[in-house]
Amino acid sequence: MRTIRFIIRKEFQQLRRDRRLLPLIFLSPVLQIALLGYAANMDVKDIPLAVCDQDHSVESRQLVTSFLESGSYVAAAYVPDAASAERSIEQGKSSLALVIPPEFGRSLTGRKAAPLQLLADGSDSQSAAIGLTYATLIVSRAQTAQAAARLLGLDPRVLSQIKAVQVDPAVRVLYNPTLASRNFMVPGVLALILMVITTILTSQAIVKEKELGTLEQLIVTPITPRQLIIGKLAPFVLISLVIITVVLFASLLLFGIAVRGSLLVLYALSLLFMLSSLGIGLFVSTVARTQQQAMMISMFFFMMPMIILSGFVFPIESMPPVIQAVTYIFPLRYYFVIIRGLFLKGVSFAELWRETAALAAIGIFVIAASVLRFRKRLE
Amino acid sequence: MSRMRIATIMVKELRQISRDPATLGVLLVVPLFLLLMFGFAISLDVKHIQLAVLDHDTTQYSREFLQSFLHSEYFDLKLVLDRENQIDGLLDEGKVLVAMVIPRGFGRDVANGQRVEIQAIVDGSNGNTAATAIGYVQAVAADYSQRAFVRSLERAGVTGMKTAIDFQPRVLFNPELRSANFLIPGLIVLILMMTAVLSTTLSIVREKERGTMEQISVSPVRPLELIVGKTVPYLFISLVAAATILAASRLLFGVTVRGSWLDLGIVTLIFLFGCLGFGVLLSTLSDSQQVAFLLASLLTLLPTFILSGFVFPFRNMPWIIQAVSYLLPGRYYLAALRAIMVKGVGFPAFGNQVLALLIFAAATGGLSVLRLRRQGE
Repeated sequence: MRTIRFIIRKEFQQLRRDRRLLPLIFLSPVLQIALLGYAANMDVKDIPLAVCDQDHSVESRQLVTSFLESGSYVAAAYVPDAASAERSIEQGKSSLALVIPPEFGRSLTGRKAAPLQLLADGSDSQSAAIGLTYATLIVSRAQTAQAAARLLGLDPRVLSQIKAVQVDPAVRVLYNPTLASRNFMVPGVLALILMVITTILTSQAIVKEKELGTLEQLIVTPITPRQLIIGKLAPFVLISLVIITVVLFASLLLFGIAVRGSLLVLYALSLLFMLSSLGIGLFVSTVARTQQQAMMISMFFFMMPMIILSGFVFPIESMPPVIQAVTYIFPLRYYFVIIRGLFLKGVSFAELWRETAALAAIGIFVIAASVLRFRKRLE
Repeated sequence: MSRMRIATIMVKELRQISRDPATLGVLLVVPLFLLLMFGFAISLDVKHIQLAVLDHDTTQYSREFLQSFLHSEYFDLKLVLDRENQIDGLLDEGKVLVAMVIPRGFGRDVANGQRVEIQAIVDGSNGNTAATAIGYVQAVAADYSQRAFVRSLERAGVTGMKTAIDFQPRVLFNPELRSANFLIPGLIVLILMMTAVLSTTLSIVREKERGTMEQISVSPVRPLELIVGKTVPYLFISLVAAATILAASRLLFGVTVRGSWLDLGIVTLIFLFGCLGFGVLLSTLSDSQQVAFLLASLLTLLPTFILSGFVFPFRNMPWIIQAVSYLLPGRYYLAALRAIMVKGVGFPAFGNQVLALLIFAAATGGLSVLRLRRQGE
């Protein structure tokens, strides 16, 4: 125990010596959550729409209004013709353009179908796809209204045989009734920040001593590998506790997102997550030969893949099976489920036992692997 | 500036890089590896939505209605339920995204042409996916209603009823709406940014840490010469890497370059200049590799991922965050990449982006020279 305490004290002294390190460690998570939490928003509302109404009839104005009142679109420009609508999309000023040709209103009631054009910017496929789905709905509602109006002119005997079927889905949204993507993304950003900072912290822990030659000095002391690893980890666990507290409070204050589940569970599982990701950093640092190698390995083989592949924005279910299999070794994958479950759904610990077990298994595995790996080095 | 001295530094740097497989590997192999892994993995398409159904009606009508959901590639029937109280637990555990309840009397009402309500309970935690799923549910229901209506018209012998609106949606630039065309340029930006910035910063700070930087500073080499000599080799290697992943995205992911390859090359070169300049600047700010790594990761990794328009649209960000995003070179490079690769437009459409990238490169380069000069004194 005493030995471990010595190592811990030495680690803290070393951390303090670099003036820039500690402020960076504590301040940057807060700055990042403020900046990125507000930015990570995928809401598809207010899609910029270029409106080109060449008809200027009651019907065309009605259609434009139903687009703008749906909440999904906002008028970015009013343009005179289809060519300038296309230009507006080309220049990225609008994502969609509604082109209502002249005679639209008159042909609605006439013999020919009234043509209606919608242009979409496919280079932003995300906004375009959702924008098109909603546009199709709005137009099909207008269709139904027109058809109903026209039926009124029919012979009542024929009319009685016609069944104007209308199946309406009554949608009930659980957990996040406003569908604000912020409620989903802020906990995600929080998890990303915790992962990045913890992995960075420990990824150099051992290799730095290796490179500076101080490791050999440690080897000749009676410190066992287990003591050394624990002594190296402990200060970072303490730092992590402070970071979790700071970041959790910052996100609660800044974004007003309340934790629906138990705060205690959130705290405990966050610590477990940090332990597994500190462990990964530590493991990298026992494997790497130079600090540079350690940084490259942790950045390109752990941090970046975890950010992209753990389900932060890109759904894991739509990944190919091979890559899905890889994601099982990422602690972040489980932590996303935990943190979003606790923030949004208010799930209880009983529903999170699988994720908890996975995190614990990964944590124990990487820390044990670091000790073993280190022991080999000593012989 | 002496060309001789710059050349000497370049030769020394190249020799050092060639002796250091880690740096060379990161610059040349890692970008391709990451692009392959991420390119195949990611998409934002909402397809195969997991659906649970509780059918209280069990008539031919309700089954037909359900079939119209399963015919589309958007829904997969995961579970057939028999009790209402199963639904909340299923959604809590995230087993299904949408649970649908078809009420008793559904078939009767459809047959009689009455308005009928079905229930759709949606897990809203991922607002974006949920909004898309709701859109699909409504679209499938509207389509079903429309078809049933047309059939009843036919049965009643009404002909000549045409649809009122001939709706012609047309998608410009990316007609099949492949999300690869949208996401691959973003990946390219993220990957190039990380590899270029990290490898330059670390290689310079390493020299500082080992004390070899002091030896250079007592030599007659000037700061600007040092920067040029040190970055140009990295620039060439990064350019090769950029060409590799651009070719890979063309060959493997079918992301064609619709605009000019020359434009693409020029913009990429300017962007890489900025990245390397940024790398050098970071290295002048840190004394140890640890701090350099911390700074580089914190300033580039998550900000480039979240603030450059990769997946999160700028229009949703508060103005102050948008203002911060103007400081990121990734933002401009991504806009230019999408303009050239996907839209196939010419220089005027992304002139502003090129200008911003030039300013960024000049600013980081200038600041680095200033910092180096001060440190030299």
